[in-house]
Amino acid sequence: MTAALTLIPREMTEERFDWVAALSAGGREQDEATRRLHELLMRAAHFEVNRRRGSLDSATDVDQLAADAAHDALMAITAKLHTYRGDSRFTTWAYKFALLEAATKVRRRAWRGREVSLDPDAWTRLPGLDAGPASSAEQSELMHALGHAIDQALTPHQRLVLVSVTLEGVPIDVLAERLSSSRGAVYKTLHDARRKLRQRLAEQGFDVDSGRKEAAV
Amino acid sequence: MSEHDVTRGMLGPSGPEIGCDACFEYLDRYVEAEVAGGDPDTAVPGMAAHLEGCPACSEEHDSLVALLRSSPIGSP
Repeated sequence: MTAALTLIPREMTEERFDWVAALSAGGREQDEATRRLHELLMRAAHFEVNRRRGSLDSATDVDQLAADAAHDALMAITAKLHTYRGDSRFTTWAYKFALLEAATKVRRRAWRGREVSLDPDAWTRLPGLDAGPASSAEQSELMHALGHAIDQALTPHQRLVLVSVTLEGVPIDVLAERLSSSRGAVYKTLHDARRKLRQRLAEQGFDVDSGRKEAAV
Repeated sequence: MSEHDVTRGMLGPSGPEIGCDACFEYLDRYVEAEVAGGDPDTAVPGMAAHLEGCPACSEEHDSLVALLRSSPIGSP
């Protein structure tokens, strides 16, 4: 990866280099800019895959995973080039596409073959909502109220998303893939579920950020 | 997972937050402000709460910070 850095001409790493113009110029200039951008994306993709390597089994071809991520990032950047507004360096803007693609591919690969329960009532069988023996009375009361709110206030789809993400640790983009949805849509469901739970607990007198129940007046 | 972790995860951040699409749109700007020692939360209101509530976006935020800090190319 360090070697790839030495291939990038210095002027292309500087803020004043006009990547958008070069990537839109046509001909050899565009080809060269595209090639250089791909090198940067490969570097970012390898960086991300290596950070998350521990979640992958040894049979995974990490170089291929990074190459696929860099390719998909290049396609996304090409399609969205006109949306770059110069709020950050172009390289920072481009890196985020490679990191997103690589992180998503790693998560999906790590969860490939693992079962994700799509039963909205699975939460009733999970130990996470059982207040343990060392639990305070306040905490027990909050956990009980939370379980009741999940059961009463949420739709089955909201229960499924909430429990998968927050109790079972299913990555949002893995869940989105299993539900044929998008990360944004799944997170919106999670956000709405959390708002409902907060509201329900607040109505019962809980200060949801401290976990304490306010004294009745 | 402790009970505190369970309730925090289920109830999420308390403040207003942006969604995943907006998070991706502003991530580069937010991280550059952060790495430069500026005030990223003023630059992008609602981002910090989203990063607290969304594990996937939080991971990608951490990666972009780490990449910029490791890279002579991306350093502001």
